[in-house]
Amino acid sequence: MLEILKRFWRPYRANLIVGPACKLIEVLFDLLTPLVVARMIDEGIRSRDMDTVLRYGLVLLAMAVAGILFALVCQKMASRASQGIGTDVRRDLYARINEFSYAELDRFGTPSLVTRITNDVNQIQLAVALAIRQLIRWPFLAVGSMAAALLIDPLLGTVFIVTAPVIGGVFWWVMARTIPLYRRIQAMLDRVGLITREGLSGVRVIRAFVREEHERTRFREAADGQMRLSVAVGRLNALLNPATFLIMNLGICVILWQGGLAVGIGRLTQGEIVAIVNYMTQTLLSIVYVANLVIVFTRASASSSRVLEVLDCEPSIVSPERARVPAHTADAPAIRLDRASFAFGEAAAPAVDGISLELPAGATLGVIGGTGSGKSTLISLLPRLYDTTSGTVEILGADVRSWPLDELRRTIGLVPQAASLVSGTIRSNLLWRDPAAADDELWRALDTAQAGEFVRKLPEGLDAPVEAGGRNFSGGQRQRLTIARALVGATRILILDDAASALDLRTDAALREAVRRRAEASDTPLTTVIVSQRVSSVRTADQILVMRRGRAVGLGTHDGLLASCAVYREICASQGVAVPPAATGEEVSA
Amino acid sequence: MNPYASTGSVSTVAASAAGANNLAQRDPSGRPTPPMPAGEVTCRLLALVRPHAVAFAASFVAATVSVLLQLYVPIIIGEGIDLIVSAGHVDLDALMPLLARLAAVVLGASLAQWVQSFCVNRLAYATVRDLRVQASEKVGRMPISFIDAHPHGDLISRVVNDVDLVGDGLLQGLTQLFTGVVTIVGTLAFMLALSVPMALVVVLATPLSIAAASAIARFSNRSFADQQGILGQIGGHIEEYVGSQRLVSAFAFGDRAEDRFDALNRELYVAGERAQFLSSLSNPGTRFINNLIYGAVAVIGCTCAITGWPAPLTVGGVQVFLSYANQYTKPFSEITSVITQVQTAYASARRLFALLDAEEEEPDAADALELAGARGEVELADVAFSYVKDRPLLRDIRVKAEPGMRFALVGPTGCGKTTLINLLLRFYDVDDGSVRIDGHDVRDITRASLRRSFGMVLQDAWLFEGTIAENIAYGRPDATRDEVVDAARRAHADGFIEALPEGYDTVISEDGGSFSQGQRQLLCIARVMLTDPAVLLLDEATSSIDTRTELQVQAAFDELMRGRTSFVVAHRLSTIQGADCILVMRDGEIIERGTHAELLERDGFYASLHAAQFAGAEG
Repeated sequence: MLEILKRFWRPYRANLIVGPACKLIEVLFDLLTPLVVARMIDEGIRSRDMDTVLRYGLVLLAMAVAGILFALVCQKMASRASQGIGTDVRRDLYARINEFSYAELDRFGTPSLVTRITNDVNQIQLAVALAIRQLIRWPFLAVGSMAAALLIDPLLGTVFIVTAPVIGGVFWWVMARTIPLYRRIQAMLDRVGLITREGLSGVRVIRAFVREEHERTRFREAADGQMRLSVAVGRLNALLNPATFLIMNLGICVILWQGGLAVGIGRLTQGEIVAIVNYMTQTLLSIVYVANLVIVFTRASASSSRVLEVLDCEPSIVSPERARVPAHTADAPAIRLDRASFAFGEAAAPAVDGISLELPAGATLGVIGGTGSGKSTLISLLPRLYDTTSGTVEILGADVRSWPLDELRRTIGLVPQAASLVSGTIRSNLLWRDPAAADDELWRALDTAQAGEFVRKLPEGLDAPVEAGGRNFSGGQRQRLTIARALVGATRILILDDAASALDLRTDAALREAVRRRAEASDTPLTTVIVSQRVSSVRTADQILVMRRGRAVGLGTHDGLLASCAVYREICASQGVAVPPAATGEEVSA
Repeated sequence: MNPYASTGSVSTVAASAAGANNLAQRDPSGRPTPPMPAGEVTCRLLALVRPHAVAFAASFVAATVSVLLQLYVPIIIGEGIDLIVSAGHVDLDALMPLLARLAAVVLGASLAQWVQSFCVNRLAYATVRDLRVQASEKVGRMPISFIDAHPHGDLISRVVNDVDLVGDGLLQGLTQLFTGVVTIVGTLAFMLALSVPMALVVVLATPLSIAAASAIARFSNRSFADQQGILGQIGGHIEEYVGSQRLVSAFAFGDRAEDRFDALNRELYVAGERAQFLSSLSNPGTRFINNLIYGAVAVIGCTCAITGWPAPLTVGGVQVFLSYANQYTKPFSEITSVITQVQTAYASARRLFALLDAEEEEPDAADALELAGARGEVELADVAFSYVKDRPLLRDIRVKAEPGMRFALVGPTGCGKTTLINLLLRFYDVDDGSVRIDGHDVRDITRASLRRSFGMVLQDAWLFEGTIAENIAYGRPDATRDEVVDAARRAHADGFIEALPEGYDTVISEDGGSFSQGQRQLLCIARVMLTDPAVLLLDEATSSIDTRTELQVQAAFDELMRGRTSFVVAHRLSTIQGADCILVMRDGEIIERGTHAELLERDGFYASLHAAQFAGAEG
């Protein structure tokens, strides 16, 4: 928590000083109130003088008015500083998340990042506000009451010096035990929810495998565990109120007893005893509030360490310093992989394992392979979404690590597997890669992506609204829009990651034909990478890479692979693509 | 792993809150019945508490005792102060017994307070547990039709949130309410007994502070609404853009996304600062009013003490009123907040009771047959079925499968293929006709033994939070690790499992997390490979698996299906060509049946489906 403050307090230093100062003054008035009442009783009642009573009454009124004025200033300062710090933390956090590469995104996970930037920042903001508004008030009131009591009478004041730490100690003892338990109770409750959710989504499997009893036991265990912990916490909390009430009032007993003796010998007055008793109540109240603040700050400190974890996480992939777009010659290969390998963790088997290939500019590469064979991971290496664990990746003749990151990613147009759009309009989605693109260019991209026809039919055309994720379009339409999005701007390399899976075969073929024509028509050659499970999508490619468990098991043209690659032949056979028997090596040798 | 997949939906929790009223009670004619009267809700809640009746009663007695003793304390203190007037006027003889009385009262009040918390605590959490287990087991006894028809988020929120709200609101809320009322009545009585005019001052002034608090609340609510609007927008932006952060970085879109975020963030600052400031006025505001009251009580109290007008009062009496003035507003604001809590709790209780009252699945008949070692003869005799009355789905279904036969079901979406599987496993009961296994009507067999005779893989691959090994062994928890590995190998799932750092001990996060749909299907296939059913049901079991792996898995299925009756629903016709009998369904009827060759020769609906699917393969 302090660490966050240390980094973000500077712009709000005026607020952070004036706010607590005003609060201090307000508290001073609160502290003086019992003293004034004591005077009212002692002077007014003893001399039976109504004027004195009224005069002190006006003092009380003036203090109340001044108190609220200072309080208002403090609240204003607190809301400015806390909201400001929250805003700054949120801004920096978002900027940092934006720099993350896939490795960091994998590490934190999207839901966790969303929680950190929303909930955790709010907790911090609340803690800052409370720190200004209350952290000063209650401890100061507690200490001030004690000081005031000591000033009135040092002997009776010692009662405070004994009781206040005892009450504080009781709180500390209880809270040190309950706060960690709260976290476990929440985890248990999450588990109850999880088991319920699984029981509903898996009801058919559970009943078909006759595991109802098992699920019942699982649920009972979670519910029992939650009850046991809650009861344990409740039992500890049940001590708090009675214990503080007891300690405080026993303190008052001692004050009356010793106070009685003191008044008897004329050392103290009746009014002063009243004041000390009132200070006692105020001390207790303050300690209770301090304890509540401790809970808020514990939560905030957990939140701030989660926020700091993100802020301090250096993105693993950053743009090289002073990088310039590499000068490339026309004959440089568009893509060159040299023994490129990648693994998701040190212990994990490589997801991409030693792949080498060279693709001339303007050519088409097909990548085919089964579920989990590493196709998508392989193409994530091209725009440097992951860095290779070993081996190199070159784009247009230069190592991807030497490219300015944004330029590299603007050169490559990626169409991801999951076709998703963001809310806005079709136009705003298409302008993602090049905010300055003209409508002509957008329509050309839409036409190439076979999306021109249905977009023209929309009454609003390019300005047709898109809902979050693009859910107001069908899977096939969404996929074609994401293809168009990748074609806007200075795309030199187009990557279609299983991007035609929701398209029927005819549209798929038309799309590939349009991409080919576009590549031929433009001055700068357009290189295409098509990842697919369909042989029909890749068979016309200049080179086809066949992947299995991260490795290349074949690289060549359709006909060449049919002759040389057993895995490719199996894939073809499974899709009803004619496999010429004469071409199969084994049968030739048989 | 699919690097583009967003790691999970962040909005599931929010979405689950919707649809809250879906389980609205309806009478048989479909009209919604009026909500359960509050009296009935109270009675049923009391019935829940009955096992803890002693603790319940004790908590109320303890609360009353504790409050009254606590209120008595300031009076004793006041009397004590009156014994300490000035030098030479201190009655020590009277003071000592008074202090003993004070200590006893304080001790008694603390003890009673502790007994109260202890009882309520035990009572509340035990009841929450009971209620939660009841609700969960109730869901377990509901027919599948009920679970299919209700949004899962709604059911989950009943089991999780509503139960908690009942626990908090009714048990703790009710005791707080009770304590609050006793405090108010008690304070009033004590004050009236001491001095009627002073009591009136306190009673008349308190509404002021309550009114001030509610005025500030009304004022700040409006700006909270503004803040909430912007928070919603910024939350939407975060969910959407951080949710597609992979896309954002792949497209180098970060800078522009950041600009939008910063603009929203600045708007949030303005609205948030205003809302925070206004709402933070409530504490100083009420404190100000309280200070005014405090001053008024002090002045009027002193006046009474000096002039005896409007009523005589001692200095100790002034002190008593000062402390009552400090405390009197507290129970009011507590009661206001508790009342909303209690209202929410009643709503939750109604929702829970609606769930608990829903009609359960008919239990197995007492003389139901325990089916053991089924041969696998399956017969559907003149079956008719509909999910919704008046909209028949299946009609005249007649299928007879001898043990070991392989059946395939094909047809367009919504033609009733999956429904047939629901009927076989008795997830639903037929409207007419019968489903028979080994000659027995499924309704005469215990559900457990019927379902143990089946093995099934469904299209939506269900995994639970646990290790991969536990998920595979779900149907046979006693399987050894070797058997699990062997099952995974036969399902061709071993490849990707072994590439994971933790291998078979990898914990699958909720709902399968980072696994692709195809990988999840392979795990479900491995699960069924471990079992030894008489009849195998595959409902689009390989729909998300690539064609080459599918062929290999198919070989493993062929192995598994040898000697077993099987029903396979498939979209890709290539996977079912070897079936002994293909049932072609359309609009709830079987319109063609026969082997692949026979059906092609007939040149009917199947032949046209086949032509459509294979036409493009050469493109």
